[in-house]
Amino acid sequence: MKRYSWFNVTSLAAGFAFLYLPILILIIYSFNENRLVTIWAGFSTKWYVELFQNELFLDAAWVTLQVAVISSTVATVLGVMAAYVLIRAGRFWGQTLFSGLIYAPLVMPEIITGLSLLLLFIGIGLDRGITTIVLAHTTFSMCFVSVVVSSRLVLFDRSLEEAALDLGCTHWQAFQLVTLPNILPAIISGWLLAFTLSLDDLVIASFSAGPGATTLPIRIWSSVRLGVSPEINALSTILIGFVTFGIILASLISKWKSLSNSTDL
Amino acid sequence: MRRYFLIITPYFWLISLFVIPFLIVIRISLSDPEISIPPYTPILSLEEGWSGLLQFLRQLDLDNYIFLTQDALYWKAYLSSLRIAAFSTIIALFVGFPIAYGMAKVQRKWQTTLLILIILPFWTSFLIRVYSWIGILSTEGYLNQVLLGLGIINQPLTLLNTPFAVYVGITYTYLPFMVLPIYASLEKLDYSLLEAAEDLGCSQISAFWLITVPLCRAGILAGCFLVFIPTLGEIIIPSLLGGSNTLMIGKVLWEEFFNNRDWPVASAVAVILLIILIIPIVLFQRNEQKQQDLGTR
Repeated sequence: MKRYSWFNVTSLAAGFAFLYLPILILIIYSFNENRLVTIWAGFSTKWYVELFQNELFLDAAWVTLQVAVISSTVATVLGVMAAYVLIRAGRFWGQTLFSGLIYAPLVMPEIITGLSLLLLFIGIGLDRGITTIVLAHTTFSMCFVSVVVSSRLVLFDRSLEEAALDLGCTHWQAFQLVTLPNILPAIISGWLLAFTLSLDDLVIASFSAGPGATTLPIRIWSSVRLGVSPEINALSTILIGFVTFGIILASLISKWKSLSNSTDL
Repeated sequence: MRRYFLIITPYFWLISLFVIPFLIVIRISLSDPEISIPPYTPILSLEEGWSGLLQFLRQLDLDNYIFLTQDALYWKAYLSSLRIAAFSTIIALFVGFPIAYGMAKVQRKWQTTLLILIILPFWTSFLIRVYSWIGILSTEGYLNQVLLGLGIINQPLTLLNTPFAVYVGITYTYLPFMVLPIYASLEKLDYSLLEAAEDLGCSQISAFWLITVPLCRAGILAGCFLVFIPTLGEIIIPSLLGGSNTLMIGKVLWEEFFNNRDWPVASAVAVILLIILIIPIVLFQRNEQKQQDLGTR
């Protein structure tokens, strides 16, 4: 029985207004003519034009994109390996430590992860730049990927793999032909999660970035600390637009896939 | 052979980029400032055997930790972080529960859409979501404009750079973490139990307290931990919305490291923060484990 009441409707409406109004206001006021962000003075796209002429932001966006693509890809490979080991490898020496190591970075405060990685990079004399940010992001992203993939791998029927092995497949072939297609959706969402986490990260990137490599969140952070600015509003709108577009695309693809799957059956 | 390759690669990665860095933090938290300048000499040298180990251990001291207990700034920051995290968790519970409850009660075809709408903000930048509140809460901000326009207040309120702004920011950014586990447990709830209670003369409100709340206790606890644990080490929200009035340990650690460049003290602050966090993390794990055991039984 589902009961429908004014209380439920009001709490949902208020809740979603709370979640979405701030973002909506941000988007609307990014088209504000006025340099004083909070006072409306007419429609204008000039802050977008200024943003695209700002070398600092463009450079930072490029660095961020490079870091995100490389780190999420490496993290996906390592995360899938780790998930496979957790669920399928059976018992091995140091297994408890291994699963602990996969979960620990998820609950470790970012600031401690960042601090410790910086001390390591300085200790071994690694110059801070894109490489160090990639190493840092890969380390925490792989754990998220591994959690996403292993939750799918647990549900996947092992006897299918065994059947493939009985029929003469090698372990690698069985993985490639049977396991991989089945866990592919989880791998893709793991990659997307790693990608977003990398795009979004400020704290760990601040510790592991060097003078030559500033990511977008670091750039936003240093300008936001001085207060609101119309350029940041424009940049935020673009970023929100990208994410919304990506999510809509992903949900359309999964809908389309589930439709085509159901017609296959 | 391939199996070992599979195990060793992620293992090696995490040992060298997670465990070893953390050991360095502990090591530096136990040493004098001069030693923390790279390459962190003296490093434990195994060639010298026991005397080397003794030499190494003799160099360690608890000075930085003693310093933390003497300077009021630090323990005040820890206490204030705990207080802010606890308050925000309670606020998020009061805001999040009705949303989760409403979601669990709407028609099933709407539930997926609402679920996506709850998760969507999580994919947009955390920094931007916090930033969006500066414009709302500042003295010339949108909220003050609305309140002044409606004639509710005569003078703009000071909202930004207060603890209030920090609570709003935390509730706003961590709300999905509260809503999702509660929704998941409400969704599994057997509503015939509520009907039975009402048939037997229970009022709706007491049925809620006697049946709904106890049965989704695990979801409520999970939501609270998921808000409390990351909030404790939060830096972005107190720095952007809390101003200089709000003391949180993450912010102190950040400033100690980047502005004062006192690495041993920053490391000691980090170690203590982690020790404090172990308690809620263990409780959270136990809660999740109990859930899983119930699920498989």
